[in-house]
Amino acid sequence: MFGPIGHPPYGILTPMTETAVRTETEPPAGTAPAVETFGLRKVYGDRVAVEDLTLRVEEGEVFGFLGPNGAGKTTSVKMLMGLVRPTSGTARLLGRPLGDRAARAKIGFLPEMFRFHDWLTGEELLDIHGQLYGMSRAHRQRRIPEVLELVGLSHAGRQRVRTYSKGMQQRIGLAQALLNEPRLVFLDEPTSALDPIGRRDVRDIILRLRAAGMTVFLNSHLLSEVESVSDRVAIINHGRVAAIGPMADLLRRDLTVELRLSAVDPELLDDLGRLVHIEHVDGHERPTVVARVPDEETIARAVDLLVARGVRVYGVMPERRTLEQVFLDVVEKEGGKAE
Amino acid sequence: MKALVIARLTFREALQRKLIWGVLALSLVFVALYAFGFHLLVREWNEMQARRPADGGGSILTYEIFASSMVMLGLYTVNFLAGIMTIFAAVGAIASEIDSGTLHAIIPKPLARWELVLGKYLGYAGMLVVYIAIMVGSVMLTARLIGSYTPPNIIQGMLLIVLVAMILLSLTMLGSTIFSTIANGVIVFMLYGMAMTGGLVEQIGTVLSNQTMINIGIATSILLPSDSMWRLASYVVQPQIAISFTGPNPLGTTVPPSATAVQYAIAYCLILLLGAMLVFRRRDL
Ligand SMILES: Nc1ncnc2c1ncn2[C@@H]1O[C@H](COP(=O)(O)OP(=O)(O)O)[C@@H](O)[C@H]1O
Ligand SMILES: [Mg+2]
Repeated sequence: MFGPIGHPPYGILTPMTETAVRTETEPPAGTAPAVETFGLRKVYGDRVAVEDLTLRVEEGEVFGFLGPNGAGKTTSVKMLMGLVRPTSGTARLLGRPLGDRAARAKIGFLPEMFRFHDWLTGEELLDIHGQLYGMSRAHRQRRIPEVLELVGLSHAGRQRVRTYSKGMQQRIGLAQALLNEPRLVFLDEPTSALDPIGRRDVRDIILRLRAAGMTVFLNSHLLSEVESVSDRVAIINHGRVAAIGPMADLLRRDLTVELRLSAVDPELLDDLGRLVHIEHVDGHERPTVVARVPDEETIARAVDLLVARGVRVYGVMPERRTLEQVFLDVVEKEGGKAE
Repeated sequence: MKALVIARLTFREALQRKLIWGVLALSLVFVALYAFGFHLLVREWNEMQARRPADGGGSILTYEIFASSMVMLGLYTVNFLAGIMTIFAAVGAIASEIDSGTLHAIIPKPLARWELVLGKYLGYAGMLVVYIAIMVGSVMLTARLIGSYTPPNIIQGMLLIVLVAMILLSLTMLGSTIFSTIANGVIVFMLYGMAMTGGLVEQIGTVLSNQTMINIGIATSILLPSDSMWRLASYVVQPQIAISFTGPNPLGTTVPPSATAVQYAIAYCLILLLGAMLVFRRRDL
């Protein structure tokens, strides 16, 4: 059912089937996952924004939610934040059903499309959001300078938000999302308005949040943003999770290898093809076989097979894939399928 | 309560709007003109009295009638300005905040959606009550200080004008949860105009003893009771002599809407507000 990740053993990216969800590592007893969604779906008229979102994010994880524009990332998060009503499906945040007030008090959110009451000063704005979180006055007075400092706006707290630059507005948005010292925070394209320094700052902030044990759900279409901070990544396309897994696995498991051999014949290619996925074969004299393999171990087994058949192996050149390649691969194949 | 946080924010926000300041500026101009007008009336009346032959023969006109008409005119303007202010302030209460995105960071907070609607309602209501109290106070002070005239039941009159504003506020808020800001503005102003016209038709019907026209008036006041509540306000703040003298007229009435009509108007506010909460509960942002 999943084009790009079908034919085993080349199911390189964990397919998003129910079994895959269940076989992910169970959390320690008593700890609910931070985010758990079951078949979330959103249809606007005849347009499917989110097809079927089933995933799970453990507490303390930085989870990259990656996908091209229009993939359904924002709509997914809007459903979780109670901004949009799912057409079907359910979800739990911090172990509580959607909309639960106690859970909401422990969740922060930086919307993608946001504007604040910009006639307020940064401090006033945060104070009002703090009241909405249900924070006491003392808590707000302690926390507001802290978050302003965290996002690098200490100097601008007394300034009206209207006078802020785009980047500063995004920072105050981030401050607003972190104000309540949330256990779980959703950031939808948090660096879209930031320059490279701002991006680095946000990355550093996310790393600090992770170090503090916070769960971060990071929506982004920018690989670089997700790549450098995420523990796990989901690649979403056409409203579905196309691939999901720990970052390291996504990269390590999906390898392309180039083999330079003394000769090949159809029978050998057949046998080799049962082990690796042959993409193409170039040349007659010392042909090059380009193949995809699920992991490094398979390369070793392929070489064993070749040597056993008396083929001389002149070169084995594994090419590690970047997240970008994984991403493009998933998106292009899915795109082709959908059109 | 979180609704009060929203109410305070809404109140402050409304005071940031240029349109509101426009209405306030207009109101100031009105109060100045009104005081001047009342002053002219008093001077005119005094001159007329001076010209009158000493035997004091036969005018049924009393000063009370003129002064009362003047007060009514003043309150009518206040009622109208408050209505305009209500619609301008709340026309985009929900719709424009969905468009601008300010709600995206507020709705996920631990507050119920109905609390947001209630909070906004209370914020606008607070602003309108302050505005109406100041304006009615200005009209009454003018009548007292310049005209040496004190209208009866001014508190009831003021409360009824507040009720008119609440009726329009409920309608505008409900519309704002359903329609875009512009569509809502068009619809609310159309209904507002319709209610005024309906009230006028009813008055003409009363003069002509035409039941159909009276029924049209009643029907429009069921659809939107703003005009009928204004007419009740105008009725209670005038002495009987002034009402009998003016008769059925564009601004007032000789037949006051009943207590049931008032109860209906209050229920109307609450039901529309409830409707706004229910619609907004299901609204996608
Ligand atoms: N309110 C809406 N009405 C209609 N279509 C929508 C609406 N919101 C989003 N969509 C559509 O749903 C799809 C997913 O959008 P979105 O969730 O914003 O994607 P992403 O955040 O991944 O860029 C897009 O095709 C978009 O046009
Ligand atoms: Mg988006």
